[in-house]
Amino acid sequence: MNFLIMNIPLNITSTIHDWIYSIMPETAASITIMVLIAVAYLALFAVAGLYLVLLERKVAAWFQLRLGPNRVGPWGLFQTIADALKLVSKELTSNDRVDKFLYNLAPYFVIVSALIAISVFPFSKQFQAFDINIGLFFLIAVSSIGVIGILVGGWASNNKFALIGAMRSGLQTISYELSVGLSILTMVLLTGTLQLSEIVEVQRTGGWLILQGHIPAIIAFCIFMIAGTAETNRAPFDLVEAESELGAGFHTEYSGMKFAYFFLAEFINMFIIASIAVVLFFGGWLSPFGITDGITWFPEVLWFLIKVLVIIFLMMWFRWTFPRLRVDQLLTLEWKYLLPLNLANLMIMAVIIWMNWTI
Amino acid sequence: MTDQEIKNKIKTEEYFVNMGPQHPAAHGVLRLLLTIDGEIIKNVEPDLGYIHRSIEKMSERDSYQQIVHLTDRMDYLSSNINNEAVCLTVEKALEIEVSDRVKVIRTIISELTRIASHCLWWGVMGMDLGALTTYFYAFRDREMINDIFEETCGARLTMNYNAPGGLMYDIHPNFVKRTKDFIKHFKTKIPEYDRLLTGNIIFQKRTKGVGVLTKEDAISYGATGPVGRGSGFSCDVRKHHIYSAYDRVDFKEALLTEGDTFARYQVRIMELWESISIIEQLIDNIPEGSVKEPTKAVIKLPKGEFYQRVETARGELGVYINSTGTKNPYRVKFRSPGFSNLSVLNHIAKGSKIADLVATMASFDFVIPDIDR
Amino acid sequence: MSYFSDIYNGIKTLITGMKVTGGYFIHARKGSLTQQYPDNRETLKMFDRFRGEVVMPHDENNQHRCTGCQSCEIACPNGSIEIIWDRQVDPETGKKKKMIDKHIYHLSMCTMCGLCIEACPTDAIVWAQNYENSVYDRSYLTKTLNQPGSTVQAGIED
Repeated sequence: MNFLIMNIPLNITSTIHDWIYSIMPETAASITIMVLIAVAYLALFAVAGLYLVLLERKVAAWFQLRLGPNRVGPWGLFQTIADALKLVSKELTSNDRVDKFLYNLAPYFVIVSALIAISVFPFSKQFQAFDINIGLFFLIAVSSIGVIGILVGGWASNNKFALIGAMRSGLQTISYELSVGLSILTMVLLTGTLQLSEIVEVQRTGGWLILQGHIPAIIAFCIFMIAGTAETNRAPFDLVEAESELGAGFHTEYSGMKFAYFFLAEFINMFIIASIAVVLFFGGWLSPFGITDGITWFPEVLWFLIKVLVIIFLMMWFRWTFPRLRVDQLLTLEWKYLLPLNLANLMIMAVIIWMNWTI
Repeated sequence: MTDQEIKNKIKTEEYFVNMGPQHPAAHGVLRLLLTIDGEIIKNVEPDLGYIHRSIEKMSERDSYQQIVHLTDRMDYLSSNINNEAVCLTVEKALEIEVSDRVKVIRTIISELTRIASHCLWWGVMGMDLGALTTYFYAFRDREMINDIFEETCGARLTMNYNAPGGLMYDIHPNFVKRTKDFIKHFKTKIPEYDRLLTGNIIFQKRTKGVGVLTKEDAISYGATGPVGRGSGFSCDVRKHHIYSAYDRVDFKEALLTEGDTFARYQVRIMELWESISIIEQLIDNIPEGSVKEPTKAVIKLPKGEFYQRVETARGELGVYINSTGTKNPYRVKFRSPGFSNLSVLNHIAKGSKIADLVATMASFDFVIPDIDR
Repeated sequence: MSYFSDIYNGIKTLITGMKVTGGYFIHARKGSLTQQYPDNRETLKMFDRFRGEVVMPHDENNQHRCTGCQSCEIACPNGSIEIIWDRQVDPETGKKKKMIDKHIYHLSMCTMCGLCIEACPTDAIVWAQNYENSVYDRSYLTKTLNQPGSTVQAGIED
C-alpha cells in the first residue's frame, strides 16, 4: 500500500480547511466548513441509499430463485440511476382536500432526522463529522423525531387507510424505542462512556464488546436486532405498509419526490441501526485480530462498511423469510417478552461487571 | 369513572371501509364492504358480480361438447376437474360406460390438478401473511406440473382435454416418466414447505384460533371441501359418491376438528400427501383400452334432469343439466363451492381484526370466477 | 417455566425457516429459474402439441386439404371461423361441388379449445406453435387461412 496515495484525501481536507480559515473570519469559516461537510454527507448518503435499494432487490431475487435487475448496466448497477430519474420526474399528485402545509412538511421530518443521525458515526479514526461526548444519547434522541413525520403524513393525507397505517406505525415505534434504548444501555455499562469514538477505542484494547461481555452481550444483541427491525418498520414488523392488507399504508397519497424521501429514509434508517450495532457490538472500524491496524483511513472505512453490510444482509434475510405479525402480537412481544428480558439482562450485566467476570 | 361510564361518555363511530375490487394481492375481483370500529370488524358484506360472464346462459346455446370449454374458465385452477364434471354428467345421461384407461387417466390428471391448485394456494397464503418468498417456491413446483400438462394436452391453464365419451386424444408417451420424476421431486419439497411456513411460530400465532367455524355451522351453510373438513364435516365426494377410478385406490380423507385457519391449512397439506399417494398407486399400471367411446356427432340427451358432483380443489362442484331432448340443454346450473364457502365469511369474521380477515380469506382459497361464473 | 421454553421453541422454528431460505441464497446461481426471454428465442422450443394458433398447411404445389364441409364452423363455440364457399364445377368430375373460397379465422376471438381441429374430417387444419401473436392493429388478427391461388388436393374426400 502506498502511504502517500492514502494520505492524499487527508491532505486535501487539511489544505481546504487551512485555506478557508485564511480567507474568512473565524465564525464564517467554521460555518462554511460545516456546510461543506453537510453537502458531502448529503451527496454521499443519497447515493448510498439508492444503492442499498438495488442491493435489496438483488438479495431478494437471490432468495427467490431468480436474478435481480441485470439489464440496465452490468449486474444492474445503473438501475438505481434509472429509478432515481423516474422518481424525480414523476408528477406530484395529491387530492384537493389534503392539509397542504402538513402534507408537504411530513416527508422532511423523516429524511432530516435520518441524515442528522448519520453525522455522529465514526467511519474511521479521522473521518467523523460530529464527535460529541454524548454521541449515543444524541443518536437515540434524533432518531425518535422520525415518527412525527409518519404520523403527520398519515393524518394529512385525508385517507382512511393512510391514517390506520400511521397510527399503527406510531405505536410500534414508541414501544420499540424502549427496547433499543435498554439494550444500548446494557453495552454502555461495559464501556463507561457515551462518546462513540471512545467506545471504539475501548474495543481496540480489550477486544470486541460482544466478546467482552459474553452472555448478556449476546442477549442484548439479539434483542437489539429484533427491536431495530421493528424501529425501521421492516418485516416481520411491516404492518405499517402491509401491501396485502391496506394498499400502501401511510405513504399511499405520496408520489414522486416526496415518496422518494420516505423510501430513502427507510433505507437510511436501516443503515443507522446496522451502524449502531457495528459500533457497539462488533468493534466499529477495527479489523478483526488487528491485522490492518495502523494503515490510515482506507482499510478502516472498508471494514466498517463490510460489517454494516453483513448486518444489513441479516435484516434482509429476516424480511424475506418470515410472515408478518399482527398489531396486538407485536405489542405483546414488546411489553411481555422483550422488556422484562431487557431489564433482567441489564441486571445480569451489572452483576458481571461488578464481579469482574468480563473477558 | 368506571369502564361503563367511560364508554357512555366517549362516542366513537364506526368506520366504513371498502376492501375494493382492485386490491394488491387479493384473490381476484372481490369487493368487501367492511364496517370496522378501530381495528375490530363489525360486519363484512361481499359484493359479487365483477367477473360474471353468464356461463350458464351461454351453455344454453352451445352443444354438449362445447360446454366443456366454458367450464375451464370457471375455477381456472382446477380446470381439468371442472371438465370432468360436465363430461361425467353427459355420460351418465347417455348411459355410456367409459373404458378403464379413460377412468384411470382422468383420475391421475385430476389429482395432478389438485396438487397444482394447492401449490398455488400455499404460495399465496404465505404471501398474504407477509412471507413473500413462498410464492416463488410454490410456482417452481407448479411449473413442473404445467409442463406435464403442456406436453399432453397442449395448454397450461385451460386444458379442455376431457370430452363427452372419453378424452380428446391419447396421452403423450412421456407422460408417465415426467409424472414419476415430478413425484420424486415433490416429495422432498413438502417437508421444506413445512419447515418454512407450517412450523414457524409467527405463522402459528397468526392462524391458530383465528376464524373458527364450528361443525354445525359448516353443515348448515354448506361449506364443503377443505373448509368443511377442517371443521369436522366429512364431505369428501371422492369417498361418499365415488366416480372415475377412486374406487380402486386407497386413501384417507383429511379430517380435523378444530375449525380454525390452521386446521384448514393442515387439511390441505394432508391432501397434498394423499394426492401423491393416489398418483403413485395408479401411475404404474394404466390399463390399455380405447380413449374415446364413439358418440354421435350431434349429442342429444334424453328428456330429464341429470346431476353429477365432483370434488374440486375448493370443494364440491355440482353440475345440473335439464334437457328437453334437443341438442342444446334447457338449463345448466353449476353449484359452485366458492359461493357457499363465501357465505360463511360474515359469520366468522365478526369480532376479529382486519389482519385476521386476511388470514381467514387466504385459508378459504377463493377463486372469484368460480363464485361469479 | 413455560415462558422460557416458549421463547426457546419459538426461536428454534425461526432459525429453521431461515436455514431454508439461506440454502436457496447460497445456491442462487444454479437454482435460478429466470429465462432471459427476448435473448433466447432461438433455443426456446414449445412442445409438439402446444396450442398456439390454427393454421392450414399447404404442400409444395400450393394445395391444401380443405373441402369446405363447414364442420369446423359448426363445431366452433363462438364463431371464430367463417367459411365462404361457392358451388362450382369441379374440373375433374365435371359435377357441381362445394368449393371453398376463403377460410376466415378470427384469432382475436379464438379460445384455443381445439374442437375445430377434432371435427375436421380431412385434417386440413392443425396447431401451429407460435406464441408471439400480439399486433398493433386488431384487423391483423383476422386471418385467411388458405393462401391465394391454392386449390384442393385431388381426391381428398375419399
